[in-house]
Amino acid sequence: MNPLRKKRLFIVLAIIAGVGIAVALALSALQQNINLFYTPTQIANGDAPQDTRIRAGGLVEEGSVKRSSDSLETDFVVTDGAKSVTIRYSGILPDLFREGQGIVAMGKLNAGGVLIADEVLAKHDENYMPPEVMQALEQSGMKQKHDAAQAAKKTYQLESAQ
Amino acid sequence: MNWTWFHKLGSPKWFYEISRRWLPGLAVAAALLLMVGLVWGLAFAPPDYQQGNSFRIIYIHVPAAFLAQSIYVMLAVAGTVGLVWKMKLADVALQQAAPIGAWMTVIALITGAVWGKPTWGTYWVWDARLTSMLILLFLYFGVIALGNAITNRDSAAKACAVLAIVGVVNIPIIKYSVEWWNTLHQPATFSVVTKPAMPFEMWMPLLIMVLGFYCFFGAVLLMRMRLEVLKREARSSWAKAEVSAQVEKGR
Repeated sequence: MNPLRKKRLFIVLAIIAGVGIAVALALSALQQNINLFYTPTQIANGDAPQDTRIRAGGLVEEGSVKRSSDSLETDFVVTDGAKSVTIRYSGILPDLFREGQGIVAMGKLNAGGVLIADEVLAKHDENYMPPEVMQALEQSGMKQKHDAAQAAKKTYQLESAQ
Repeated sequence: MNWTWFHKLGSPKWFYEISRRWLPGLAVAAALLLMVGLVWGLAFAPPDYQQGNSFRIIYIHVPAAFLAQSIYVMLAVAGTVGLVWKMKLADVALQQAAPIGAWMTVIALITGAVWGKPTWGTYWVWDARLTSMLILLFLYFGVIALGNAITNRDSAAKACAVLAIVGVVNIPIIKYSVEWWNTLHQPATFSVVTKPAMPFEMWMPLLIMVLGFYCFFGAVLLMRMRLEVLKREARSSWAKAEVSAQVEKGR
């Protein structure tokens, strides 16, 4: 390669490196603002601001969903494996909402540490499966194992995302 | 390593000749792959146990998102070649690929929104993946606008090349956004290096669609570049001869 081209290539690489470093520094400074939601552990540690609308995300705990008999109000507990937070929501939940599902709820924490949500979004994972395979898993009793493995994986992802 | 093919790309005439031979193969491959992938993915692949049939949008969404990012990397590579080796063809490739990339980004964003409503419960959320993808769309708009705003071809080429190179920093951010931050968007289902998180009969049509999209992009890009080369070389004798031959054939 002739010296002029080498010099120009070096300049181009230097531009990429410089911009890359600048963006990396800016993003790491903004880390907290880029995260879409707070995990229950962050809320328990007091990292989440009080008196303002925040998003909380995690897995809906098995057996924690309590529906009111005369209104749309639903109470459930969201966990990341270590800590959990109770969420109260009045409205129509997304189709994918179920126990063990990842969700993101937006709302304010009240004095009792309960998140009064006005929006609940379901978080889908990267796994896709035909219904027959799911049925086969349920029949062979493998589903519990599968769910436990999935939950462990999700919890791990939540933890490593912090 | 033999670099003669690379240096030959400096000649627009050589590119025009060689692309004539590549084009039919790419076009046929794209048509076949897209047809097989669409029919298999939309009609025969099994539905998902949670989302039912709405998951099928993955067969459009994922290939479009793959291409949107790959095309931007290609813009940056073309920009580097244009700046370092002063190759005229690099600017042709950059200018002609940018609108295709912008369209792919639009397709990925729209299909994602359509899928998001029934699955997540919202069309749009400002999480890191969705926002960085929107920034990619604006980067494409910037490259296209800059290329059209400057009349002098050499200055426009330089400006676009620099913008494409600077913007490429966004690509790793898009890719790793789902791992670095908490997002609503799920991590990658489909990866070239690891075992996919779906069974074969769902995954194979997706692979076919991805390959089909790449062939489609290759064919469309070559067609656009050939036309642009003819326009830019309009004063050279070979281009004049080619145009008059085409006109003769059209009669």
